Amino acid sequence: MSCQNVWKVYGDNPDHFFSNGSHSAKDPSALSKDISNQGHIVANADVSFDVHTGEIFVIMGLSGSGKSTIVRCLSRLIKPTAGQIFLDEENLLEKSEKELIDIRRHKMGMVFQNFGLLPHLNVIENIAFPLKLQGLKEKERIKKAERVIELVGLTGRENNFIKELSGGQQQRVGIARSLAVEPDVWFLDEPFSALDPLIRKQMQDEFLRIQSIQKKSVVFITHDFQEALRIADRIALMRDGQIVQIGEPVDLILSPKDNYVREFTKDVPWESVLRASDIIDKGKKISETAEKVSFDMPVAKMLHLLSKKPTGVVVIDHIGKKIGMATAQSFVAALATAEN
Amino acid sequence: MRSVILKNKTLSWIGIILITLIFLIFKEEWSWSTKYPKEFIIPFSDWINFLMEKFVSKFGWFFLNISWVLSLPINAAQWLLHSLPWIVVIFLVTLAAYLSAGIRLALFSLCATFYMVLIGYWEESMNTLSLVIISVPMAVLIGFGLGVWGYFSKRAEKIIMPILDIFQTVPTFAYLLPILLLFGFGTVVGLIASILYSFPPMVRNTILGLKRVPNNIIESAIMSGADPKQLFWQAMLPSCKKQILLGINQSTMAALSMVIIAAIIGGTADIGWEVLYYIRKAEVGQSLVVGVVIALMAIIIDRITSGFAQKSDQEKKDHRPSKNIKISYLSFALAGSVILFIFARFFEVLDDWPYDLSVWLASHINDLFDTFVETFRAEIKLIKNYTLFFIMLPTKIGLQQAVSPFTWGFQLEMVHKIFYFGSLLMLSLWLLKNKRNNVFVFTLLLMIFIYVGLTQMPWPPLLIIYSFFAWQIGGHKLALGTFFGLGFIVVVGMWPEAMISVYLCGIAVVFCFITGTSLGVWAAHSSIVSAIVRPINDTLQTIPLFVILIPFVMLFKIGDFTALLAIIIYAIVPSIRYAEHGIRNLPSEVIEASNMMGSTRMQLLFLVKIPLAMPVIMLGLNQTIMYGIAMLVIAALIGTNGLEQIVFIGLTDGNMGKGLIAGISMAIIAMIVDRITKTISEKRSEALGLAIK
Repeated sequence: MSCQNVWKVYGDNPDHFFSNGSHSAKDPSALSKDISNQGHIVANADVSFDVHTGEIFVIMGLSGSGKSTIVRCLSRLIKPTAGQIFLDEENLLEKSEKELIDIRRHKMGMVFQNFGLLPHLNVIENIAFPLKLQGLKEKERIKKAERVIELVGLTGRENNFIKELSGGQQQRVGIARSLAVEPDVWFLDEPFSALDPLIRKQMQDEFLRIQSIQKKSVVFITHDFQEALRIADRIALMRDGQIVQIGEPVDLILSPKDNYVREFTKDVPWESVLRASDIIDKGKKISETAEKVSFDMPVAKMLHLLSKKPTGVVVIDHIGKKIGMATAQSFVAALATAEN
Repeated sequence: MRSVILKNKTLSWIGIILITLIFLIFKEEWSWSTKYPKEFIIPFSDWINFLMEKFVSKFGWFFLNISWVLSLPINAAQWLLHSLPWIVVIFLVTLAAYLSAGIRLALFSLCATFYMVLIGYWEESMNTLSLVIISVPMAVLIGFGLGVWGYFSKRAEKIIMPILDIFQTVPTFAYLLPILLLFGFGTVVGLIASILYSFPPMVRNTILGLKRVPNNIIESAIMSGADPKQLFWQAMLPSCKKQILLGINQSTMAALSMVIIAAIIGGTADIGWEVLYYIRKAEVGQSLVVGVVIALMAIIIDRITSGFAQKSDQEKKDHRPSKNIKISYLSFALAGSVILFIFARFFEVLDDWPYDLSVWLASHINDLFDTFVETFRAEIKLIKNYTLFFIMLPTKIGLQQAVSPFTWGFQLEMVHKIFYFGSLLMLSLWLLKNKRNNVFVFTLLLMIFIYVGLTQMPWPPLLIIYSFFAWQIGGHKLALGTFFGLGFIVVVGMWPEAMISVYLCGIAVVFCFITGTSLGVWAAHSSIVSAIVRPINDTLQTIPLFVILIPFVMLFKIGDFTALLAIIIYAIVPSIRYAEHGIRNLPSEVIEASNMMGSTRMQLLFLVKIPLAMPVIMLGLNQTIMYGIAMLVIAALIGTNGLEQIVFIGLTDGNMGKGLIAGISMAIIAMIVDRITKTISEKRSEALGLAIK
């Protein structure tokens, strides 16, 4: 899935800013300012990114940054004012309403912040609802729904009504429903923001577990930077409708693009974000005898080792190839770059 | 800057007061200002009559055909309900009551329906019921369709909403006029009137319900792959089922009340007609006995429909009855009906209740009331005279005419006048000095009003005062609306009657607002008071307006005073309700914060709770006024002299033009007052940053 130069502008006549094609020549920030000055509201300005297959792509931003709008553009709940959105090489903006319904029925699943469950249906009926809309027979629906119920750990709750469930359980229903059609792309719009912190952490683990089985292409929206760090393969940080920086968590921390990004990363406990491969001392020769650690080991787990081995440890990649040395000094050096 | 505006506002008010005084001084010379000259009256009513006559002679056949078609289902329903033995109908009603709200309502319904049999009014009750049964589904369908249309199309909503406003503010009697002319006499008029009167609540509830469907439900259904039809029928509609059922409940109640009111034109032999018949014959006891049937019917229908509405909410908690249970209820109803039907074939009494077994309560009731009136004759007279002499007359014709040796015990001399004006002037000057400018203006105006009397005031200054007030509340749009609306009433020559309506309703509203709000505040603080007040309010709101009149007629005979009491008892309900609701639903952290600052209970009430609840309390005032006007229309039956009487006479004489113009004039007044009070409420809540729930 990818989106290119997506704009969403609200107002009386948003289209006329883009109708003659001249907008692409302008600098997005300048154009955005221009549009706001003419009494329109810019929700997304020139947003572009790709979501790779099987990747967890987190869009992170504070409220009003346009992150909810962009995910609604991707899922085509709203129509972008300009730009292109591709799913499987097909431009979603050229699809008719009917084709979109078909795409949503088979390729997309979405989880909502306030769950969006239907109060008049029970758990299994809610989960089977998308299947019912496709016109599947009841037996088949139930069979498929049972499978995802098991996946999210709600077995035994099938006949409960939504009101009887806790917030965490309700969101499990929401997750199960979004997975019932076996989508390729999985949108999650602040799925855990309405939950208590402890439950939130549980649900994050649960989400990671499910994703490790399902391996969907995930677009995950959150305003919680810690949450983004925990689950993201890559993060896009948004502000004022524009993307400030895209990268792996460690990129944002080690090389923040500007002070805005730095503000977020300031209080992050680095040792839990940095991994062995991030603190390699490039100038140091690889020792043959030193102890080996995997490239993705969190630095927090290495601290003990580093303190005992002043000469450092060897970092190996996923096929066992040695890629460099990490020492206590290189760790401090990495921290120092992050600090600045 | 602010004080300049303040001064200007007060200055303009002083200017207006001066103009008023000038008009009062030249009252005799400018007779047109008190009595709008006949030759300048625009004869709208004649035009309407003329057009209507032409229209009916051209297209009358068309409407008569519709009338014939519509009479078919009614006749069928009447035939069905009449041919079923009463025991079967009672069984079905009781079963429905049980399924909707349990054993208590079932018992109540059983007793209530049996009461209809017992007093010998079964057939009339069934005639009324058949009208309701036929009109409600039609009203619900129309209302639902329009509601859905209004939800999906902004333009449609813009057209529909004002039409609803008109349908709900035009006095009920005025409805009947054009229908009567188009469709001829008979049952169909009642049917059409009740459909027209009862579909607006359905539209409102449908639109409201659909609008309140949470956005995330809509989005999640779309993302689940719903096409537009599936989205509507499978996600949105079930989510707002409760609101829709509430709409059905309100529509049913409106239909019933209109069916009763439509009885006034006769032709149906229904229960409303019987009540009217006995009121006109001054057999009040019997009219009460029959009136109770209406009240009981209203309560049963209301509780059953609202019971189903609430049940739809509870189903989510308990587990839904499965299809099998539903089928077994149905077969139980069917089997029971058949068995009882066969039974009734053998025992005549179960089919037709014999005349000599009927119970005659009327004479007992008459005796009871007679003894009561006899015992408390002096007290009743005292209450009536005091209210009349000291409140009603001064408001109506002013102190200058109301004070006489007969009423107040002395003649109004120069000394009294000087004392009256002197003391009030001192008071207002003191207010001005203390910068209470609004109160100052209010006192001055009140002083003049009470001295001259509302109906004796020349219309030009009144027009200016009302419009300027509207301007201050809602800007120039509201002011223009007020000016032209009231101006219309002047040029059609109905100003004097309009002011009589305003005077009667006004006194009732002021009284209701003060007492009702106090009661509501009390109820908000005491669960005992709340528990006592609530069922009384519920009953008063379900009983059709007619019936409320009857006991007051028994005690105080006909006249303005009786009308006033009837209006008060009916219109006080919303004041109580809204005040209690407003106070009970205040944000608790504000109350806690005030308590922590050490405020006493009284300080908390007057400095925190009431100001914060003001927007809701003002909505209560708005509703009180609307209820007051609704009751005022019905009060025409017992001989008031305002616009409502013209509507009523128009109906009985078949003078449609005049009746309709009077009806429109009442609607104009209602709408102006509605907009003004609503704007005040909205402004307050906006200023407080509170959303009204």
